[in-house]
Amino acid sequence: MSTAVTLLEQNALITAFMIVALLLAASNWIAARIFQGQIHGSAIAITLGLLLAYWGGWSSGGSNGLADVSFFSGLGILGGAMFRDFAIVATAFGADLDALKRAGWVGVMSVVLGVVLSFVVGAVVAVAFGFSDAVSISTIGAGAATYIVGPVTGTALGASSGVIALSVAAGLVKAILVMVATPLVAKRIGLDNPQSALIYGGLMGTTSGVAAGLAATDPKLVPYGAMTATFYTGVGCLLAPSLLYLLVLSLQRLF
Amino acid sequence: MVVYGVGLLAACMLVGVILGDLLGQLIGVQANVGGVGIAMLLLIWATNASRLTLLLAPPTSTGITFWSAMYIPIVIAMAAKQNVVAAVSSGWLALVAGVAAVVVSFAMIPLLSRLGPRSQDQL
Repeated sequence: MSTAVTLLEQNALITAFMIVALLLAASNWIAARIFQGQIHGSAIAITLGLLLAYWGGWSSGGSNGLADVSFFSGLGILGGAMFRDFAIVATAFGADLDALKRAGWVGVMSVVLGVVLSFVVGAVVAVAFGFSDAVSISTIGAGAATYIVGPVTGTALGASSGVIALSVAAGLVKAILVMVATPLVAKRIGLDNPQSALIYGGLMGTTSGVAAGLAATDPKLVPYGAMTATFYTGVGCLLAPSLLYLLVLSLQRLF
Repeated sequence: MVVYGVGLLAACMLVGVILGDLLGQLIGVQANVGGVGIAMLLLIWATNASRLTLLLAPPTSTGITFWSAMYIPIVIAMAAKQNVVAAVSSGWLALVAGVAAVVVSFAMIPLLSRLGPRSQDQL
């Protein structure tokens, strides 16, 4: 028995393929039998993945969810940024170039608006929770954009490590909520065509959240949402420690 | 050959990521600016370019469509390696900030979607 487990651990990536296949099979069965097709199997699989990640993080004490449990370590490779980005690029094969061109300027606008909007919301929450220095407010605001923009901004501005950790946590909450909530609200927000997917990607910005959210809603929309989302973190890292920080600073001087 | 498709996909991604990194350095941010997005545009361009259509006979394109189909399994693995414990146990500030940012952003989607088609009518 223990040799079998050792072998599975040695072939971590292959084990991960099998685990994900089993997880998807179980999810598709649940979707068909229990939810009668009302919820996508992939939405259930992503939610189960997140629950397992909670269990994995809780039992191992690590920061990589289920991937920190040695038996499941291959999930860290399969679900890492390298394979994720590779698969996202592959989804562009067969994407409608005209739809991308048509929504060009709305896409650009949605990225800038998305960064500013999330930053402002995060900053307001930071102020409501009693933060009064511009550096901490900006770092938490940046974290509400994505969990990469937060620490990049915090490091650039010299925020304390506690505040940077808070900004990462805010970004994580955002990413996970986008994964779970997107298929639930998709109909209500009109997320059913390439144009709204482009806008969705630009406004949400979290690549992992958008990737999973669209996978659970309609995989055909993935290339459009992912396209704008991949620009979001860069724009956020550009705007948050400069323009948006100066905005917070000048507002602070006013009051 | 299938591997031609995989190789083309890999080349697009690597060139895109390098360009995205250069773009980041150019505007002075410590992040990759749209590398994956650039890679996607490169792939769309390459697969539509007439000179490369010969290259993209069915077995070659399988090398790309396979990875496209692996997208959902990869995303599920990605979900399973998220730091959910940190997100859930980090206190109210992070929860409220994250949730509020998502709610406000969701609410903006219908508004912006309505902006789009109207501008086309004007053109």
